[in-house]
Amino acid sequence: MGFDFNVLVQHKELLLQGLMVSLQLTLIAIVGGMVLGTCLALMRMSSLSVVSVLAGSYVNFLRSLPLILVIFWFYILTPKIVGHAIDAYSSVLIAFILFEAAYYCEIIRAGISSVKRGQVQAGLAMGFTHLSMMRHVVLPQAFRNMLPVLLTQAIIMFQDTSIVYIVGVRDFLTTADVVANSTNRPIELYTVVAVTFLVICFTASRLVGRLQRRYAL
Amino acid sequence: MNYSWDWGLLFRGPYVGWIASGFATTCVLATYAWLIAFTVGSVIGVFRTLDNKVLRTIGTVYVEIFRNIPLLAQMFLWYFVIPELLPADAQLYVKRGMPDPQFRTAVLALGLYTASRVAEQVRSGIQSIPRGQRDAALAMGFTPAQVYRYVLLPIGYRTVIPSLTNDFLGVFKNSSLALTLGVMELTAAARQIEEYTFQSFEPFAAATVLYSCVTLCVITLMRFLERKTRIAGTASAGGR
Repeated sequence: MGFDFNVLVQHKELLLQGLMVSLQLTLIAIVGGMVLGTCLALMRMSSLSVVSVLAGSYVNFLRSLPLILVIFWFYILTPKIVGHAIDAYSSVLIAFILFEAAYYCEIIRAGISSVKRGQVQAGLAMGFTHLSMMRHVVLPQAFRNMLPVLLTQAIIMFQDTSIVYIVGVRDFLTTADVVANSTNRPIELYTVVAVTFLVICFTASRLVGRLQRRYAL
Repeated sequence: MNYSWDWGLLFRGPYVGWIASGFATTCVLATYAWLIAFTVGSVIGVFRTLDNKVLRTIGTVYVEIFRNIPLLAQMFLWYFVIPELLPADAQLYVKRGMPDPQFRTAVLALGLYTASRVAEQVRSGIQSIPRGQRDAALAMGFTPAQVYRYVLLPIGYRTVIPSLTNDFLGVFKNSSLALTLGVMELTAAARQIEEYTFQSFEPFAAATVLYSCVTLCVITLMRFLERKTRIAGTASAGGR
């Protein structure tokens, strides 16, 4: 069985479109996940125990579930709850944001806790208010500490978007699968998906590594 | 919302059996995959800490390849692409003779994927040990193999128990991806019940509860193990 990479050229646009969907999904989920994750992290570190227990339970619960299961929950249940059908893409997006928020929460919390206690005390002793101390002393350092982990999580997230295959959203892998079935060329298509992901993720993780060395405190 | 609840469904007829066998499949799949991941991951992790340049490169290439391709794509590669590249007689065996090909492929794919993560943990565990330990062991007349066997690995594994726990839970959760190859594991069983009965909440709730319970049990067990194996004089990492 010979290789025939012509099939890739013929379906170039479709595949690129799929790749764009994957990237778009990643980007929206990162932004949504980080916003929600920051809220959750602040809630977890709140002195009100009800709030912190609530956020903690949410995070631990979602982290104990496979992403596939969460996607199924939203894909099958959201239409039943809202009463009308919604498209697979939106349901997947909601699932991703809620799922990733749990992971981002832990990263952000770890970043904030990594700032030494003395910094907080020094800031307060200098006469900063609590808010401006957070803003000027803790958060800049926390952000530097957590930046590599946040970016690594983004790379993992990009890989995870391939899971939307199970509900048929036309991301990169699903598109390749569709083309593979219609042209009967699974070898070329699955290989090109793997190589593309490999190149993108490898390059990205190398860049993260360089960034980490440059900005390390 | 109009929905007629039927929790009894989960304890009836074929459905209880589907959930049970799905759960069993998930556990067996995760266990086998973890054995592969732990073995291969340890070897690759050790490779990455050696002075031998060839072995170190093999380790790096392995980790970079298996870590940077999505698990689902790797499963498809193992299932659809690799068999085509095998020699003719091996191809015949994989396609015709091998029992339970989906399950075996899923175990292999999941195991080798997770091995890249385990390798990174093992490497960081070994590298976190001060150089003096290795030098001291060599000065005592240990061979390099003995240095790893008696000094570096026992300490290294113990320091990375929390991360390895995470990886194990990752295998357990990622085993759900095997459903794309047609393995009837827990999530697939829930899906099948949903398709047969049009009751969606109950089967997925059952799967959710089972996944969370196992995670909780594993975390509790590993906390205990972590306390038991803690190296004297080190901070109690994670033990609250």
